[in-house]
Amino acid sequence: MAFHRYDVVVVGAGGAGLSAALELAGEATVAVITKLYPTRSHTGAAQGGVAASLGNVEEDHWEWHLYDTIKGGDYLVDQDAAEILVKDAIDAVVGLEHMGLPFSRTPEGKIAQRRFGGHTRNFGEGPVMRACYSADRTGHMILTTLYQNSVKNKVTFFDEYHLLDLIFTEDGTCSGVVAYELKTGELHVIHAKAVILATGGAGRVFKITSNAMASTGDGMGVAFRNGVPLMDLEFMQFHPTGLARLGILVSEAARGEGGIVRNSTGEAFAARYAPTMKDLAPRDMMSRFIHQEIKEGRGIDGKDYVLLDLTHLSSETIAEKLPDISDFARVYLGVEPTEEGIPIQPTAHFTMGGIPTNNDGQVIRDGEGTVVPGLYAAGECACVSIHGANRLGTNSLLELLVFGRRAGKQVMRDLDSLEFATLPKSPETASVERIDALRGRTSGHRAPEIRAKMQESMTENLSVSREEAGIVETLGVIQQLKRDYSDVTVDDKGSVYNIDLMEALELEHMLNIAEVMCQGALDRQESRGAHYRADFAKRDDVNWLRHTMAYKQGQGLSMAYKPVTITRFEPKERTY
Amino acid sequence: MEVTLRIKRFNPETDKKAHFEEYVVDVDPRDRVLDALNQVKWYQDGTLTYRRSCGHGICGSDAMRINGRNRLACKVLMQDLGKRVTLEPLMGFRIEKDLLVDMDVFFDKYKSVKPYLIADNPPAHGERLQSPEERHIFDDTTKCILCAACTTSCPVTWMSEDFVGPAAIVNAHRFIFDSRDTAGIERLQILNKGTGVWRCRTVFNCTDACPRDIKVTEAIEQVKRALIFGDQ
Repeated sequence: MAFHRYDVVVVGAGGAGLSAALELAGEATVAVITKLYPTRSHTGAAQGGVAASLGNVEEDHWEWHLYDTIKGGDYLVDQDAAEILVKDAIDAVVGLEHMGLPFSRTPEGKIAQRRFGGHTRNFGEGPVMRACYSADRTGHMILTTLYQNSVKNKVTFFDEYHLLDLIFTEDGTCSGVVAYELKTGELHVIHAKAVILATGGAGRVFKITSNAMASTGDGMGVAFRNGVPLMDLEFMQFHPTGLARLGILVSEAARGEGGIVRNSTGEAFAARYAPTMKDLAPRDMMSRFIHQEIKEGRGIDGKDYVLLDLTHLSSETIAEKLPDISDFARVYLGVEPTEEGIPIQPTAHFTMGGIPTNNDGQVIRDGEGTVVPGLYAAGECACVSIHGANRLGTNSLLELLVFGRRAGKQVMRDLDSLEFATLPKSPETASVERIDALRGRTSGHRAPEIRAKMQESMTENLSVSREEAGIVETLGVIQQLKRDYSDVTVDDKGSVYNIDLMEALELEHMLNIAEVMCQGALDRQESRGAHYRADFAKRDDVNWLRHTMAYKQGQGLSMAYKPVTITRFEPKERTY
Repeated sequence: MEVTLRIKRFNPETDKKAHFEEYVVDVDPRDRVLDALNQVKWYQDGTLTYRRSCGHGICGSDAMRINGRNRLACKVLMQDLGKRVTLEPLMGFRIEKDLLVDMDVFFDKYKSVKPYLIADNPPAHGERLQSPEERHIFDDTTKCILCAACTTSCPVTWMSEDFVGPAAIVNAHRFIFDSRDTAGIERLQILNKGTGVWRCRTVFNCTDACPRDIKVTEAIEQVKRALIFGDQ
């Protein structure tokens, strides 16, 4: 076992982790650990843009952005946090340009902007150009630019280290992490004054997902196992346009540039459901429209997909503004998007919920906002909550920048009062036992089979439309799979790059997260944002305008609630 | 359809040298090579080891030799490969285990070209301006995902350990030709050394291998021309 000591450990090297690390670089000793190489992080898969009311192309204001974010989130958004997001957006995006990000440009040389779902002018009058973009690889450019600046600022990386555990002192202060070096199998204890979790989402809980294989919710899982609650996990975003069967993301930018979704009759059906915003209705709604069309038999050839039509766009627009998604259609489906519609269906995309934090990235353990000393979270693994029940496109890249940076700043402020707490004796013991048990068993359930059953059942019953019987069934499946997991075994007993072992460790997190998702979805007897209950089709502000907080209790769960912060916009009916 | 995967295996904890093993998989013709690999790993032999993440050609994890050519396993469909498919690790880097190679040297070379913007102080308010035409000049090289498919397809890289390699040159190009950057000369000096662009023999393997369709050889030639003519 190896021992290290840094002021701060950041877990995860995507947009949030790197933003936090850059904030701290040069001011404190920082180690970033990642189970990938930083440039492989899932931030790189984001395509369409990052929101900021720059007004480079047409009039825009942060107040409009704020309204859209709150309404888009079906009023479950904490409005004070969202206000920070939209106000800081301008500085964050311009800051990226200053760091070198190659944005696409307007004829005057400013950062180019395009339309995106749910982003409107003047409080809902019609679409507005707010998404700042670099072709359709904005996430790639953000990740790359942040990594380049990390190299420039000599940030210390532990590449290909997998988070195993958080270390807490007896008084509940987080004081480091236990990590597993994939290359050698060696365990590392990293002693720190502050730990920032930036481990991304958990889309891999589902079978059909746009998420990378790395998006297994490790940070959420490890925090949860250590008594930290998980907030609002029943809200999982299904992106309306995933490549059929595969789930690979086709950016909303395709519709921002004028693309139209059509059913088997060729009808541009979104206009029937959302007369003002049409195909640029928010994602939860677009996914439901598609679900409804398919349910009513208007999927293509009666199957479970519809078509994204770009054929009326000029080939220059497609080549210059949407090159990657066109490439995906050609490579994976053999479809030429300039000539024919792209088969698409909703795909599990973004985990709105996560580790609860306050507006400065400090992890909180209850509805009163009690801070867990030394522990911070930012990005998709966190829940501030700025996305509420449904995130708007382009607000996630923004979240990484704004709240990654805020977490870094808060750590900087706290470092004066935090110290290297005395670690418990052998903090790695539980991790050693966990790994020895996995490697030591010669027979038992195989992790890939458990995982496949979980993913099948979650996609079957916890997708765009949910109802009690299905959720109960899946909850039962997950609970059985958790029992199966207790004797899980791996084929690979070695030490060098034991990915088999890593996947089995990830699975434990995913099972816990899936269970929380199911319980939250079962309890929440209303429809709000991405959580649509066919058996409770209306939003219920009287009983459910509140956040869910799920705690591990023995082998089961206990559920509590946290009020929603409302400052400017009272909940009202949501139409587009 | 049934396909036989012939996979080069090497476990440093048990093997003296690499060898091939064969696995029969039943795949959908539209499956990716990565899907076939996953099928082996998840349902036949969990010890099979390779890197992977995004599964659609964006993260750059799963570059490998597929029937002798450098490709991303997530960007090649089984229907395009025939009934027997040979999978080997990238050439020229140390094999860590099976299809997974040591990437540290690759990233060190990347870092050696100063792959970050070096520029005068930005304006106090708002972004720096850059015309669409100025932006277009270096567009192609911004697409790089650092998968190493180009560098490990280059015969010069196989022969000489100190050649900086196509990927590092691509990432230098991305800044040398960025109108906002002021350190083009520094990077050109780095690439003018014996380890730099003059090692390139214009074989075009790199261009052929790039899963992002970056015109890698052309980018290298532009750097060479900038060194000769100063037309940066």
